Amino acid sequence: MNPRLKFIGGGAAIALALGYMIYAGVTQSAVYFITPSELQAAPIPGKAYRLGGMVAAGSLRWDAPAVELSFRLTDGKGSIPVRHRGTPPDLFGEGRGAVVEGSWTPEGYFKATLIMAKHSEEYRAPHGETPPSRYQNLIKTLEKDTRAP
Amino acid sequence: MTPELGSAVLWVAAALALYGAGAAASGAATGRVALIASAQHAALAVFALVTTAFLLLVYAFLTFDFSVLYVARQTNLNTPFYFRITGVWGALEGSIVLWSWMLALYTLILVIRHRSQRDLYPWALSVMLGILCFFLLVMTIPAPPFERLTPVPADGRGLNPLLEDTGMITHPVALYLGFTGFTVPFAFALAALIAGRVGDTWITVTRRWTIVAWYFLSLGLLIGGWWSYHVLGWGGYWAWDPVENAAVMPWLTGTAFLHSVMIQERRRMLKLWNISLVLLTFGLTIFGTFLTRSGVIASVHSFTQGSIGVFFLAFLALVLLTGFGLLAWRWPLLRADGELDSVLSRESAFLLNNVFLVAIAFTVFFGTVFPLLSEAARGVKISVGAPFFNRVNVPLFLALIFMMGVGPLIAWRRASVDNLKRNFLWPVLAGIAAAAFLTALGVRSTLAVLALAFTAFTGGTIALDVWRATRARARTGLALVPAVTSLVLRHNRRYGGFTIHLGILVIAVGVTGSQAWSRQTEMTLRRGESVELAGYQVRFDGLAATREGTHDKVMGTFTVVGRRGQTTVMHPSKKFYPQEQSPIAGVDYRIGLKEDLYLVLGDFARDGSQATVKAQVNRLVSWIWIGGGILTLGALLAILPSRK
Repeated sequence: MNPRLKFIGGGAAIALALGYMIYAGVTQSAVYFITPSELQAAPIPGKAYRLGGMVAAGSLRWDAPAVELSFRLTDGKGSIPVRHRGTPPDLFGEGRGAVVEGSWTPEGYFKATLIMAKHSEEYRAPHGETPPSRYQNLIKTLEKDTRAP
Repeated sequence: MTPELGSAVLWVAAALALYGAGAAASGAATGRVALIASAQHAALAVFALVTTAFLLLVYAFLTFDFSVLYVARQTNLNTPFYFRITGVWGALEGSIVLWSWMLALYTLILVIRHRSQRDLYPWALSVMLGILCFFLLVMTIPAPPFERLTPVPADGRGLNPLLEDTGMITHPVALYLGFTGFTVPFAFALAALIAGRVGDTWITVTRRWTIVAWYFLSLGLLIGGWWSYHVLGWGGYWAWDPVENAAVMPWLTGTAFLHSVMIQERRRMLKLWNISLVLLTFGLTIFGTFLTRSGVIASVHSFTQGSIGVFFLAFLALVLLTGFGLLAWRWPLLRADGELDSVLSRESAFLLNNVFLVAIAFTVFFGTVFPLLSEAARGVKISVGAPFFNRVNVPLFLALIFMMGVGPLIAWRRASVDNLKRNFLWPVLAGIAAAAFLTALGVRSTLAVLALAFTAFTGGTIALDVWRATRARARTGLALVPAVTSLVLRHNRRYGGFTIHLGILVIAVGVTGSQAWSRQTEMTLRRGESVELAGYQVRFDGLAATREGTHDKVMGTFTVVGRRGQTTVMHPSKKFYPQEQSPIAGVDYRIGLKEDLYLVLGDFARDGSQATVKAQVNRLVSWIWIGGGILTLGALLAILPSRK
């Protein structure tokens, strides 16, 4: 066989394999970014989501013996109860932005496997009522600027 | 006064850089030496001016000049001397100052080293000054470091506490020296295309400069991993974060170039491919800057938030269009003089290595911009995280480790069965033996067995080559140590490469071990209570509060008893900074060759009666830092001038 043909064949095989690996990788690990109100409108149990919002004031509970964190994540229009096993990450707190990764459970809460706190000088803890526009800005920033832990 | 002076200096520097780029280009086109000399003077002046601007900014930091917005954001009166200097490049504006200063420094070195070179150097100087002009314009318009703040606050906001680390001096400096270093190969590639001299000169010059940039970028990535590991408190060194991805993409294509360039030197092939890799590598450094500075990563709409993204995107488009436009124009000059003879040859092994490296770079690129693509195509925001990158890249990395063993030993042109047997019989046996040994030990992870078997194979090829070459020298009557030393110094490029490969193998062992065998647990302990993890007993003994320079600190005391009864007292903490609303974790760790013990203090009761602790036993992580050390030594060896 002509070496040139072998190289073209080999190259095509590698390109196909890579294409398949990327396709399979994307379909198996795609995570949808949604807001609490979007999740409230159509909760699908078991599907992987990244949920971004603000930790609602007065909602944060920390159960030390069980090492479980629970809080509500809100976008001003809706709010979702979230539970997470583990201590809160640095910079996490009420009135601050956070992105949680996990899935909706049939028991009616969002089970987070990962919490990413949003730290930015633009989003100090709000005083009093938070206008909806601030939530929108917050969510925009969350989407683009959350670092994995 | 100082801030105005700084701004003025930057404007003058930008104008001079523009003039120098034009003068060098017209000097190169017309052959008028006076114009080139004038451009050289401009380059020297630009270096002096950028240095002045940089020092003025440092001065503003050291004197707490809060009338400068950037200073007020990055420091406060409590910021210690050391961090006031590193704080200079702690955020966008200052990082561009540092970037430009390094670019000006590289331009200066270019002038000093290459000014006697007549056909490519003037064009390369023009390109360098043009790029420098762009970065100076970024500082004058979208990201001015000397912008005033009125009214002047009594105190500044303070540095991000995570940046209060010695890593802040080495990590960004090494990383930026790497990033900016790739500008020089790009400048010579463009020069070669413009001048139509795509022969040997540009390849020789570019290869050396690429190793320098590659060395610094590798160092920057390694220190970044170390910083993440010992500061961020999640026990990891790499997260496939967009910012990390931005830094690793040019590393991958630069690595590919360092290999494929050997095929061009030896066989006059892959000319087109090599120039493309250099253009791509520089493009990726600009793309990385764009990605990390513009905030575009999940939303195209964030263009409206600042003009810097548009600046970098336009510049990136200009760079790629110019580069690949020139490439298309010079296409006829870039034909290969040789042909690939056989699939079993060093040429095709190197080609395959390049394909894998570029495939990984493409995967990283694709995964990083995927949220943008999915939003543009379907209007939904989908991201792919670490699972995607690992799933696609781990097999590619394994294949690369295997090729790393094959490439340096297989024959050029066409490998015979004899050649294959002679070079690979023992290494293959070493790989099989390693796999059998690990399976017998009870290792169940197929990936771990494969990774370590490939590592053993490639390690075997290196050992075999060094042994053979040393034996040949020892036969001439040299003792063992002088034989090895003279071998390595005489063929420093080859053995520098082998040393780098060895470093990569040691890193591969560390990554495999830490991914496959690390353990962690998270528990709330009452005082006196302990938790067991991988043979260690971790006991909580109490809390204490202390005050340190810039922050208050709540420190836990944990007594850890090891498998053989050895005890260590560890103090993970929480640090409270006045400028932050919530605390930052202070990790405590004990590093060992086999495993690290890593404690992070979580929540705690104010009376000290109980605390939540995250304990990790991270296996073989030290091998990553040791391998990194070996790798950088190898790169230094390869940079040394040849002694042939």
